[in-house]
Amino acid sequence: MGKTTAQKIFDAHRVDAPVAGVSILSLDRVFCHEITTPIAVDDLVARGKDRVFDKTKIKAVIDHVTPAKDSKTAEQGKTLRDWAHRHDIKDFFDIGENGVCHAIFPEKGFVRPGFTIIMGDSHTCTHGAFGAFAAGVGTTDLEVGILKGVCIMRDPETIKINLNGKLKPGVYAKDVILAVIKMLTVNGATDKVIEFAGSAVSAMDMDSRMTLCNMAIEAGGTCGVCYPDMVTVDYLWPFIKDDFTSKEAALQDYSQWRPDADAEYLKVIDMDVSELEPLVTFGNKPDQVKTVAEMSGVKVNQVYIGSCTNGRLEDLRIAASVLKGKKISPNLRGIVSPATPKIFSEALADGIIKIFMDAGFCVTNPTCGACLGMSNGVLANGEVCASTTNRNFAGRMGKGGTVHLMSPATAAATAIAGVITNSPLYNV
Amino acid sequence: MKNFNGKILFLDRSDINTDEILPARYMNEASKSALKPYCLEDLVIPGFNPKTDIEDKSVIVTRANFGCGSSREHAPWVLEYNGINMVIAENFARIFRQNMFNCGMMAISLEPEQIDDLFNNFAGSDAECVTDLDKLEFTVKGGGKEKKYPFTINAFDQELVKAGGWVDYADLKY
Ligand code: SF4
Repeated sequence: MGKTTAQKIFDAHRVDAPVAGVSILSLDRVFCHEITTPIAVDDLVARGKDRVFDKTKIKAVIDHVTPAKDSKTAEQGKTLRDWAHRHDIKDFFDIGENGVCHAIFPEKGFVRPGFTIIMGDSHTCTHGAFGAFAAGVGTTDLEVGILKGVCIMRDPETIKINLNGKLKPGVYAKDVILAVIKMLTVNGATDKVIEFAGSAVSAMDMDSRMTLCNMAIEAGGTCGVCYPDMVTVDYLWPFIKDDFTSKEAALQDYSQWRPDADAEYLKVIDMDVSELEPLVTFGNKPDQVKTVAEMSGVKVNQVYIGSCTNGRLEDLRIAASVLKGKKISPNLRGIVSPATPKIFSEALADGIIKIFMDAGFCVTNPTCGACLGMSNGVLANGEVCASTTNRNFAGRMGKGGTVHLMSPATAAATAIAGVITNSPLYNV
Repeated sequence: MKNFNGKILFLDRSDINTDEILPARYMNEASKSALKPYCLEDLVIPGFNPKTDIEDKSVIVTRANFGCGSSREHAPWVLEYNGINMVIAENFARIFRQNMFNCGMMAISLEPEQIDDLFNNFAGSDAECVTDLDKLEFTVKGGGKEKKYPFTINAFDQELVKAGGWVDYADLKY
């Protein structure tokens, strides 16, 4: 029987199998941020084990609350910063160079097809967009990852979703993944890897593939996976051009991580995306999804464009194309957080930032910010936010606040209208 | 090894997420013990009051997909610091379940019928649980009834529970 992408990666990285169905994997990358890593670092210090397995494979960033908003977050940043300096971790991104982890690490070229990656962050599944196995873990797994470069994983089964057809104008990867989560439910892919295949995925750029894989966890998925192809190679080329004689050679090498034709799947689901409409969540679970048309007219107090789901250049460009020459509703607040300094600076050069500002948006520095309700746009009790982020959990963006998840195009149109509405880019 | 015996808190809802168990706004706390007062603060279930209903409880019985959402190990920690070392549910989100065993705590999955049985027989009573890790069964007593429930966890998870967690285990072995 052939193997899935995850099975191939597990077989190439398994250092032990303590019981059937459980693998100890060697890790190619351990990513760190300042919310979940400091407790791991403090614990390693307390145990007399303040060591790192390989300083070149550990990458760290301060991104969730930056600049620090109070003494406690300042201490978290300091713990990470001191640790990175103490262990000579070169790829540590601090203020001025920092951005949202799942946007900045791929942008720096740290991800490769076939890699194993962990991070103390559930949206680590984003990096599967490159054909890697990337999974969120808790602090203890992170701690052992830092110390020994290994992680416990149950051997995952895989659900393959064939996304075929061509998206209508104004419909994006965000709408596709919301449709997938609605179909699978929030528990439908628990302990499973999701492979995203089909012509609609082949047609997506890496930004869109990352949006797709980012939300695999919202269906319970361990990792989302897109197969490495020429789009992957083109994205990585600046970082790998010395490793391969040509792009074709790189593609040939990376193709080893594509699943075998006779790979065994738990389920194969075919989905035609040609008729998909822009979607939006309601309620407090990401599988509570309706069409924007059905939710049209719901009043919002804040629009947030940013995060590891939809804070990349393409997202800002699409939102700006809707906002150009318009003003946002005087009844709401608009906040945009470009996900990385590179994205910010390219958006500045392209005039995208000016469009946001002229429309009345507040432009923040790159950070997770409002996404998790710790800083930069916390909702008051009873307030409603239209957001390009990934979680609509109760209290996620502030106690008593409600979040509606949607694409950047829908968020921009909603900002202008003051109520949830379809973007003019979507012509029924 | 941690304590897996004591009074049961019944939470009759599926998909209880880690933001409900420990809201992100408290993740600037640098110590595990500081999290204690915020346990299940954002969980809204009719009849449940996080301020009064957690005290004295040692075990949670709940429905499906407990611990979904964020990877934060703060979720098991806040339970641990409130004396709750064992959660029994239909199933768990992957990261949460692994975090529990990594901390030497137990996440026990039972069939939906068994969970129904627990709710039907014991929810609302002052039910108590006694766990026998060697026999892989726990006994629930309450409201004049007593029932035994067998469970399975794999040998590796048992080792983690007995060792009290994954860090020392891994450092010795790998
Ligand atoms: S942007 Fe939001 S979801 Fe993404 S890593 Fe930051 S807090 Fe988590």
